[in-house]
Amino acid sequence: MDCCGGTTEHEDDCGEVKVKDSIDAKTVEAAKALESENYSAGFATTIETDFAPKGLSEDTIRYISAAKNEPEWLLEWRLKAYERWLTMEEPTWAMVRYPKIDYQAYYYYAAPKAGAKYASIDDVPKEILETYEKLGIPLREAEVLLGVEGAVETAAEGREKPRVAVDAVFDSVSVATTFRKELQKAGVIFMSISEAVHEYPDLVKKYLGTVVPQSDNFFATLNSAVFSDGTFVYIPKGVRCPMELSTYFRMNAENTGQFERTLIVADEAAYVSYLEGCTAPMRDENQLHAAVVELVALEDAEIKYSTVQNWWPGDEDGKGGIFNFVTKRGDCRGDRSKISWTQVETGSAVTWKYPSCILRGDDSVGEFYSIAVTNGRQQADTGTKMIHLGKRTKSRIISKGISAGKSDNTYRGLVSVNRKAVNARNFTQCDSLLIGEKCGAHTIPYVENRCASAQLEHEATTTKLSEDQLFYARQRGIAEEDAVALLVNGFVRDVLQHLPMEFAVEAQSLLKVSLEGSVG
Amino acid sequence: MRPMLKITDLSATVGEDSEAKTILNGLSLDVPAGEVHAIMGPNGAGKSTLSYVLTGRSGYEVTGGSATLNGEDILGMDPEERAAKGMFLSFQYPVEIPGVPVMTFVRTAMNAQRKARGEAEISAPDFIKKSRDVAKMLNLDAEMLKRPVNVGFSGGEKKRLEIYQMMMLEPKFLILDETDSGLDIDALKTVADGVNAMRDPSRGMLVITHYQRLLDYIKPDKVHVLAKGRIIKTGEADLALRLEKEGYDGVLGEAA
Repeated sequence: MDCCGGTTEHEDDCGEVKVKDSIDAKTVEAAKALESENYSAGFATTIETDFAPKGLSEDTIRYISAAKNEPEWLLEWRLKAYERWLTMEEPTWAMVRYPKIDYQAYYYYAAPKAGAKYASIDDVPKEILETYEKLGIPLREAEVLLGVEGAVETAAEGREKPRVAVDAVFDSVSVATTFRKELQKAGVIFMSISEAVHEYPDLVKKYLGTVVPQSDNFFATLNSAVFSDGTFVYIPKGVRCPMELSTYFRMNAENTGQFERTLIVADEAAYVSYLEGCTAPMRDENQLHAAVVELVALEDAEIKYSTVQNWWPGDEDGKGGIFNFVTKRGDCRGDRSKISWTQVETGSAVTWKYPSCILRGDDSVGEFYSIAVTNGRQQADTGTKMIHLGKRTKSRIISKGISAGKSDNTYRGLVSVNRKAVNARNFTQCDSLLIGEKCGAHTIPYVENRCASAQLEHEATTTKLSEDQLFYARQRGIAEEDAVALLVNGFVRDVLQHLPMEFAVEAQSLLKVSLEGSVG
Repeated sequence: MRPMLKITDLSATVGEDSEAKTILNGLSLDVPAGEVHAIMGPNGAGKSTLSYVLTGRSGYEVTGGSATLNGEDILGMDPEERAAKGMFLSFQYPVEIPGVPVMTFVRTAMNAQRKARGEAEISAPDFIKKSRDVAKMLNLDAEMLKRPVNVGFSGGEKKRLEIYQMMMLEPKFLILDETDSGLDIDALKTVADGVNAMRDPSRGMLVITHYQRLLDYIKPDKVHVLAKGRIIKTGEADLALRLEKEGYDGVLGEAA
């Protein structure tokens, strides 16, 4: 029997787990009684891991909070969310089907054994760096170099080599942060949210849960109760963040639901571009993921949030794969503020995700650019909500769905215009591309308009990748898979242009990999 | 001398098994390097099918015979392999490719062909220079080359873009499928100038056309009449003029 539920063979590690007095002894006993979980699939890194007891209870939440040495107010906040969650029902309106999730079968917290603090990147365990290397994530590189051609050429013009600060999240706890100093000089706060809770409690307290309230929806409430770690960004007044900020998420510990919590605040006239990229190794069991991202843009501030998501989609029959239930919302709180979401979704078995904008400030702007690719038996139900509250608010939605294999791809969007949002404008374009005969594309746009002066436009197309186009490209010498990639890149070009350069390049190769074997 | 393109007793069908329809029926044709051969024939004779079978489009099944390019059997190759060997088809109906700029498309194609042949990729400056020269010769606006392939192009622009691609890729063997359709007289001249500039002792051409008009500008060495899936008559350039004057029925009646 192993100790600490799911840790490794080192029994004496038990003593190192710091538990608060408030956790009752039974929890610790229960944790000790749990069988060791052996890594079995993928290239899971063998790092010793601390698990919270399996399953979800008040004790689990106290364990998490204690393990992170959290202040009392946050524990209370978590417990309040948990109480609320117990009364909620899992939503069923999305066009996705998945086996019933047993929330008691998951671990809700896992931290690398060595602890979360490293003085320098050299102290990061070798296995972690190796895992990152396998994923092609240049943790050690200070700058990401460019070498681009092709469809995104135009986007590259006039750009210098972008500089990217990386906050690496391994499982649930940040293990390395680079660029800290330079950002500090600019007054930018960029750290794990656990650290921020200690270092900037007032800021965290002021904004946490103000965009996505604890009671918002089943998954967001769950996240509020058990969130493990994530990123906190604060850009002070008038500051343009000197580099693009990036967090690479990766789930490693088996059966560990991941519950990141990201909070980004751009104070008046501040600007930040944030990149989120995800990959995960192969898994046998479905992994639950329910992140919450909150963005706050004050007067004249701008936040650009880009995601490339490539989690394990499951095998050919859809077995395994990540369940991705994410709540992402931005609040354009100040006048003339702007929030722009760009996402490339290629992974996960099930995706349930609607990055949204609340256009509260007058003249504020919300944008949503999305590429969602489904292949095999993947299911994606994704889109956005644009809530127009302020005067002359503008929103723009460009959604490109690509379905291949036996997958289903749904765009679900809401454009809502409050009666006070005079002269609000929205433009929505939803394009679907079908590859093959057995996939599905669905477009479900909701529009609620209570303002006579609002102008709303909606365009939608559904096309099939044509034999004519493929043959035309192949006749010119382009091999079939490359031809598919080229055609697909053309289809999504309007969206790719909105991604930061290095992400656009990554996204292009990702699209190609995701659609391998989808024709012929 | 061995002909560059040698088609022997070629038969092909189109459509699914039970409804397969024979379109080519024992077609034989030799085109030596350096020559331009025209193929004329009435609608439904199998002209476009011939161009598709030679370039490997799916949906056509070869049921007999052979086709070789420089002695190599091409019928078993994928379309992209044939392209790398030098086969080029100027499409009767060029296809629109939204979101893919012309220059990106052609450069991707050129480098794919080069890679398949084990050659180095073309450098960006070399490509741009070459593109500029070719565009100038064809009266193509440089802006047009930044737009997505064929999207929003007029009929004439599309055909000129086919010739642009041909001159960029410098194929060994050219098939022009009804390149004159949809062209006004000025565009026709421009296109013909481009094609004539490609004439070379090492290069063969097959010009498929319904009308003699194009052949006023691209002088063929031989004219073949295709009907009912086979070549039923072969002659010199003046055969095209006779066809124009007497019609297919007249000439075919004589052949039958």
